[in-house]
Amino acid sequence: MSKIFHVMYDDDAVLMTAAKDLVGQGVRVKDVFSPFPVHGIDPVIGIKRTRLAICSFMFAMTGTSLALLGMWYFMISDWPMNIGGKPSFSLIENVMAFIPVTFEFSVLCGAHGMAITYLLRNGTLPGMPATNPDPRTTDDKFVMEITTDNNSMSSDELESAIRGTDMIELSIKDA
Amino acid sequence: MEFKFEGRLKLVTQVLMAVGVVALVGGFLTDTSDHHNRWWANLLINGFFYFSMALAALFFYALQYATESGWSAVLKRWFEALWGFLPWGAAVIVVVLLAGKFHAHHLYHWMDHTLYHEYMVEHGDHVHYVDEMEEGAVLNPNFDHVIAGKKAYFSDAFFWIRTLVYIATFLLFARMFRKWSLLEDEAPSLDLHYKQYKRGAVFLVVFAVFSSTLSWDWIMSIDTHWFSTLFGWYVFSGMWVSFMIFTNVSMLWLRSQGYFKEVNESHMHDLGKWMFAISMLWSYLWLSQFLLIWYSNIPEEVTYYMSRVLGDYKVPFLAMFFVNFAVPFYVLLARDAKRNPRFVIPVAILIFIAHFVDVYLLIVPGTMFDHNQFGFFEVGMFLGFLGLFMNRTFATLAKAPLISKNHPMLQESMELHY
Repeated sequence: MSKIFHVMYDDDAVLMTAAKDLVGQGVRVKDVFSPFPVHGIDPVIGIKRTRLAICSFMFAMTGTSLALLGMWYFMISDWPMNIGGKPSFSLIENVMAFIPVTFEFSVLCGAHGMAITYLLRNGTLPGMPATNPDPRTTDDKFVMEITTDNNSMSSDELESAIRGTDMIELSIKDA
Repeated sequence: MEFKFEGRLKLVTQVLMAVGVVALVGGFLTDTSDHHNRWWANLLINGFFYFSMALAALFFYALQYATESGWSAVLKRWFEALWGFLPWGAAVIVVVLLAGKFHAHHLYHWMDHTLYHEYMVEHGDHVHYVDEMEEGAVLNPNFDHVIAGKKAYFSDAFFWIRTLVYIATFLLFARMFRKWSLLEDEAPSLDLHYKQYKRGAVFLVVFAVFSSTLSWDWIMSIDTHWFSTLFGWYVFSGMWVSFMIFTNVSMLWLRSQGYFKEVNESHMHDLGKWMFAISMLWSYLWLSQFLLIWYSNIPEEVTYYMSRVLGDYKVPFLAMFFVNFAVPFYVLLARDAKRNPRFVIPVAILIFIAHFVDVYLLIVPGTMFDHNQFGFFEVGMFLGFLGLFMNRTFATLAKAPLISKNHPMLQESMELHY
């Protein structure tokens, strides 16, 4: 029978110590739910570094390309314009004029793409069901999730290891 | 731990300086340009480039204090070391300006006093210039209406007071910061820290004005008819990024030699971020200045870019911008690249040279026009001044412990973790 342990702590420093302690004993922590980012917890519980920045770069480059493509189509190909005597009919000679718009559009795409990716990946878009085990983790409590499924220890061994930390509450559920 | 300035490093700086001396002498003898303008222009370029890096170190130091930044406390002595070049750079700039004043060269067209008077009276072979029409006076063919309009700003007294006040202010602040910093090592005192904090803020205000006006006086005035209100910021961002590049590479080298053990990977990452961020600031200002002038296309403004974008300097000017913007942007954007010397060092060397080319192109098109020559002399001068700059910097670094003792935020800095 596989079990899920939800261990609650009331301080981020205590949570850090507990995580280090448990990982030191060979326990694998599945996840941590906290009201704010706890610095330094990711490498301790073995969470891989986010690739969101790479996503953002790709979104921004898409924005750059789209902006230049759009500007080329609107101003040069579809309806050639001559503004203020600038030589027209050429993207390369006019590109300077398009840089501010290109820059803004890259930022827009990068930022929105990144935000939406982040919300989707975390399942936290507006209206999505909450996945945190306890509503108090959005206030001032910290919950560590440990499952027997990704640990080689038995549930009794896990429980005694968990009870050895400075926790305030433990709930055990059947998966 | 004390830094010892000896061995290979000292030898390298001495060899570079010897190259510089050879270039200085050989360049003067072989210089065929009018009034030795090429020789003087290169003296100004190198003097200003390296002086401005030392100046940026002073600015950055004041910025760290004024913002109560903790992360940089372990780097404090390095910033102080860079000020070792300040008097040398200032001396070179003053020599160039003085030589201009006495017409040894013609870098600064406005130093020609005949431009300011509308009329002249000839007495035999002696010419007397006057502002008002009078008996026997004729129109002065050299009269320049635009430059005459800037007469008050370029008057001898005002110009020299400005120049000397800038230099004196920088040297005094550097001396004061250094004195207090050394004093803090011996006698721990929070008062000293708060004094630095206050003077740091004062320096930022002074520097904000002086960095703009000194770039008008020493650099922008070369293209006397032209002006740009963004110029000060542009030059300032250039000096800041060059300083960051030099700091980053030197710190990598010093750490590889076993010095600055307290500087950890996060500090190096932060220095990389600064190098990246200020490269973007510089590119932004370059574009802002260029875009507006290109777009409005007003004759009195575009002259500056005619020679740079369409004329003889087209290739280095556009290549310089491309390198300074695109290379750091695409290579150093990723977090891991900023922490990896194999990415940082090539990019740093490339953009350091490109920022030198930037300063070169601030000065040369307005002094050499379309008769520019580029050869061993320019390279030799660059290397020679690099040698002198490194020599002064590392010699100053060796004069005090590498890590200041009683900086209140030292512990925070040593534990910096990103």
